[in-house]
Amino acid sequence: MAEIRLEQVVKSFGTFSAVKGVDFTVDHGSFFVILGPSGCGKTTTLRMIAGLELPTSGRILLDGEDVTALPASARDIAFVFQLFALYPHMNVRENIAFPLRCQNLQRSQIRKSVEEAAKLLRIDHLLGRRVGGLSGGDRQRVALGRAIVRRPKAFLMDEPLGALDAEFRRLMCGELRELHDRIEATSIYITHDQLEAMAMADRIAVMNQGRVEQIGTPQEIYDRPRTMFVADFIGAPPMSFLGVHTALRRGDRIVMIDGAPVEMPEVFEDRVEGKFALGVRPENVAFADSSQLRGQVIGAEYLGTTQIVTVTTASGQLKARLPSSNLVRVGETVGLKLRSDRLSLFDAASGDALSSSLQAGVRHG
Amino acid sequence: MADVSLVDISKRFGAVEAVRNLSLSIANGEFVVLLGPTGAGKTTALRLIAGLERPDRGHVVIHDRDVTKEVPADRDIAFVFQQYSLYPHLTVYDNLAFPLRSPAHRMDEAFIRRRVQHVAELLHITQKLNNRATVLSGGEMQRVAIGRALVREPAVYLMDEPLSSLDAKLRAELRLELKRIQRELGTTILYVTHDQIEAMTMADRIGVMSEGELIQLGTPRDIYERPQSVYVASRLGMPAINFVPAEALACQSPPAEARTAGLRTEHIRIFPADHSGSRARVHRVEHLGDQNHVHLRLDTHSLVTLADPAQALKAGDEVSLEFREPLYFDQRGNRIVNQEVPA
Repeated sequence: MAEIRLEQVVKSFGTFSAVKGVDFTVDHGSFFVILGPSGCGKTTTLRMIAGLELPTSGRILLDGEDVTALPASARDIAFVFQLFALYPHMNVRENIAFPLRCQNLQRSQIRKSVEEAAKLLRIDHLLGRRVGGLSGGDRQRVALGRAIVRRPKAFLMDEPLGALDAEFRRLMCGELRELHDRIEATSIYITHDQLEAMAMADRIAVMNQGRVEQIGTPQEIYDRPRTMFVADFIGAPPMSFLGVHTALRRGDRIVMIDGAPVEMPEVFEDRVEGKFALGVRPENVAFADSSQLRGQVIGAEYLGTTQIVTVTTASGQLKARLPSSNLVRVGETVGLKLRSDRLSLFDAASGDALSSSLQAGVRHG
Repeated sequence: MADVSLVDISKRFGAVEAVRNLSLSIANGEFVVLLGPTGAGKTTALRLIAGLERPDRGHVVIHDRDVTKEVPADRDIAFVFQQYSLYPHLTVYDNLAFPLRSPAHRMDEAFIRRRVQHVAELLHITQKLNNRATVLSGGEMQRVAIGRALVREPAVYLMDEPLSSLDAKLRAELRLELKRIQRELGTTILYVTHDQIEAMTMADRIGVMSEGELIQLGTPRDIYERPQSVYVASRLGMPAINFVPAEALACQSPPAEARTAGLRTEHIRIFPADHSGSRARVHRVEHLGDQNHVHLRLDTHSLVTLADPAQALKAGDEVSLEFREPLYFDQRGNRIVNQEVPA
């Protein structure tokens, strides 16, 4: 168990700044996910925590101790890479035992630790097997076993599921989270897949262009995105945005879109006339004949239980998640009802969310 | 009219029968997706059509012409691979123009310019035409790779997981774009993937493969709502379909030969505990934003279903479940086709 803290960590490679001042604290025993597109600086951040890169400036603290300049080997952290490498000539037991052999531990101690790790991963029946004949999943479990057998203070994982089939990835997500709950070691996990992040994280840091855009629980990030980037990066399909040109006053609860009044969370600031974006998630859009907000259906994607229907309005495109049993015809004009307490309003120029009852976490109705 | 047909194709690699008795016809302008896990034989099927592999048995017919013995270059196909391979020293324009400039095609530059321009517009990369291929983002590179196939107008495009090396986000965007382009151009595509969302959202028809065989072929809705077997049912659906012994649903009076019941979200209704129905307990609620997965315990069985985020359920809650028209499977795992009840 360990607490990991980053203070104003910066990393430049020549003239390129990969990480531009990152601050966060990962609590003892929590599962922390850094989420972002390729090139956002998440892997560089992780490598600095591991000690594989030296920050240009800033501090990294492990349980309060400054480890910024310590080499990787002195940090008591296990790093799990995207591609698991096992020793093909060793059996499962020898593969898992390897890190302990390197520490010159007693044989009985090694045996005990290996069996504990194998039991945690439910591969204790495979200990005598060669790794060559194992399924992909079991190989991955062996690789994890090699990481947990040392009982390090923390685990760092760089897209460990990236190379797997979609189906298997979902299965391993659940398994990794369960494993975490059993051993309760502080974990930092990196991914570009928002669904993985949502499924596993206690807290998520969303990174973009070397900066952290938002840190929060999966639900906070999903429900109350602080920037349009976050709103767009999270959710499949992502949040839709309707363009609004208006002035705003503190206390406003209605915004006009294409001449139709749309109820929204109470705005907490005054803004001069300008461009804003009203953000709505697909599951918060319903069809309602009576609504003045109209749009035309331009497509429907069948997903089994639900379908994603794309609608164009004069202010932009919206996606709606509706039950597949609803019959939707491409080309038809429909009325749109947006769930008022779940709408986000952004400054279209800066991309930042406006302060509102939604952002304050106050729920209405 | 069928653009491409596989007629009773088999292909063996040593002891492994990679493709077994595969017959498949793809109509002109159709988007067919072969779906299956690694090793199901879907890539081999694609390579057989391309001529990169020779079948042990059977025929490949493209545009009414038996091409089984022809080399890839003589078949009227374009192949898009998982890993985009662009010429790094060339601009985007020259990368796109490359297939048209090959000695086999000999087209004049004015025609090539029109084609490249048209395809660049479709792919939204017109502003990148003069860039070196190496300065593009991953998504742009893959679009150029797809564009290089699109500049030609072959009988069929063969695509082998072309989106799988991309970020989740880009993958979702390109999925929509690829479908739009295919619709606009009326192209014929055979597409291979293990991603059920790609299959569901792009395919006119999905072919579900397992261990070298085509198990079921049909529209996404067909495959999802009327799977032939437990295997097919488990290929599609998020969260995955739940299987429980048929006797766990005794109150529903399942057909006599039913051994297994398949329950998807739309087959399960969750009510407060005082409602009539089967008693169950909420084990865990997984918040995935819009998709809240509720893990339920029904006797000793686990069920995972979607719940409306507005429905306030939490671990430990007692609930009552109602099951509506679940899927039933017999001892061999085949679905029992019950008399359709009019809705």
